[in-house]
Amino acid sequence: MKKNIINLLTILLTAAATNFCRAQNEIQIEQNINVLGQTKPIPVALDGFTGEAAEVLKFDLYVQGFSFVSPEAAQYLIHGSDAGGVTGTVTDKFAHKMILSRSYNGASLRRQAHAFADDIVKATTTLKAIGQTKIAFKSQPSSVGAGEIYVADFDGFGAQSVTSDATIVAKPAWVPGRLALYYTSYARGNPDIFYHSLSSGQRRVIAGYSGLNTSAAVSPDGSKVAMILSKSGSPNVWVCNADGTNLKRLTTGLEDSSPCWSPDGNWICFATKKAERRRLAKIPAGGGEVQYLNTTGAANPTEPDWSPDGKWIAFTRMAGDFDICVMPADGSLPPTVLVAGQNPSWSPNSRTLVYNRGGNGHQTLSVLDVFTKQSKDCRRATGSNSQPAWAR
Amino acid sequence: MKMNKIVFPLVLALAATLATTGCKHGFNKVTPLPGERAAQVGDTGGSGTIPPAQPLDTGSLPTSTIPSTPGNIPTTTDINLDDYNQDRAALAAYTVHFKFDSAVVQDKEQANIASVGQALTSDASAKLLIEGHCDERGTEEYNRSLGERRALALREALAKNGIDPMRIKTISYGKDKPADPGHDEAAWAKNRRGEFVLLHHK
Repeated sequence: MKKNIINLLTILLTAAATNFCRAQNEIQIEQNINVLGQTKPIPVALDGFTGEAAEVLKFDLYVQGFSFVSPEAAQYLIHGSDAGGVTGTVTDKFAHKMILSRSYNGASLRRQAHAFADDIVKATTTLKAIGQTKIAFKSQPSSVGAGEIYVADFDGFGAQSVTSDATIVAKPAWVPGRLALYYTSYARGNPDIFYHSLSSGQRRVIAGYSGLNTSAAVSPDGSKVAMILSKSGSPNVWVCNADGTNLKRLTTGLEDSSPCWSPDGNWICFATKKAERRRLAKIPAGGGEVQYLNTTGAANPTEPDWSPDGKWIAFTRMAGDFDICVMPADGSLPPTVLVAGQNPSWSPNSRTLVYNRGGNGHQTLSVLDVFTKQSKDCRRATGSNSQPAWAR
Repeated sequence: MKMNKIVFPLVLALAATLATTGCKHGFNKVTPLPGERAAQVGDTGGSGTIPPAQPLDTGSLPTSTIPSTPGNIPTTTDINLDDYNQDRAALAAYTVHFKFDSAVVQDKEQANIASVGQALTSDASAKLLIEGHCDERGTEEYNRSLGERRALALREALAKNGIDPMRIKTISYGKDKPADPGHDEAAWAKNRRGEFVLLHHK
């Protein structure tokens, strides 16, 4: 028995050592193989930055799939300074050359560090960087009841309230590429969908029908809004023009929630119920037949969000607690359960999710790199933060 | 590995040289960043301020006259809550509770439905608001739909008892208004509910 265990250990250790050597030699190849939750981070050595600039660089790079190692173990050497503005270089150790050298002036030091992080990501990957993107979310003094809509940098810094109605609010959604939101507000005594221009402060109700009006989701071209209305007697998916006109009912099930758009604008994915089971489904955006998605292994799926590159659908499974799951949009693989949390929203580059996590009390926003499973909490605006939406 | 040990100091030396001297081929560029202006989507990380929300423009709400699907009773458009006084006490004893993740009105709740029905029958001018609520074990928007489904199920049950459903307005609070703030089964059971509020015209 003992001998067997020793033999097994030897085999395992040998395999581990072999894998380790292989990993050392093939780092550049492996970084390109994106396996949900299992991709190896890109090893970098960071040196010369202090305080806020160092924090920003570490946060931005960590949630975009980089890890911080010694110069010996690094693929890229990031060197620079934040004295009197951010200046930095990136050296590719394998290619033996400097691939980035840049300094920044203007704006805040924080912003300069985000800009340098973006340039590092652009120089070392094929990703569109996210360091200077925005999120919207709801913040409540307690985890239930009245709250306000906020916008902030994607790491939660610079949070500003958009509303001050002291009422229940829900589910902010960005108009793609524009400084405008849709969200749910009970300000008129009923859950209604508001449009709100962040540049002028102007707002109006685009869906204020009797019953439930919630979960607005804007089409990729900004021309349509999908939402949940109960005006026909059950909560279903409806679509209208950006200004609320041209309303059309898409689904007729008993109870639907959380519509989202495919990036080509052809489909709307939503949570529904079929034969007493919670399911995810999709329907042509112009109406048609409902197709159910296979989410085997992830019970009670809800809150789908389709990645901007079209490849993935992130959602929340409800199994006692909430977990963030991601599956290929074409259904070719079962969902991967990533981390505890809810309300996933994709970054513009389809690599990182913002979501909220926490037990029964206050919720915290967090960002997750779905490939390396590296995540970090955002700075919290006052109270409980939830339902984040990434501007894209 | 050995290779790296030899190459590494060389690379560092090269990096240091380039960093101090700059490079003729486009390196050491200066990127000017705009100042602190109004926040822009996907553009600035600055701390520009967002103008305050303007008063709500309620002049022209979109309307729609889409026929309902058989089996569903369209929601009422007859009741504007601003026109009514809300009597929360009158029907508080008849609050209906639901099973976990269910909007099915249980048989044991039929007495409560009948009592609410009688109250509406005896006061022909009264209207009814039904508030649907959930426990905290569903996600927020999922619960907002479930809460509405519960309120609508109670409305349908009252319609079966002969009450005109156009006298009944529904509202879902999802899990935003728990009756019991606890986090155990006893609290959850109290929170999965439909509450009846009697409406009298002002």
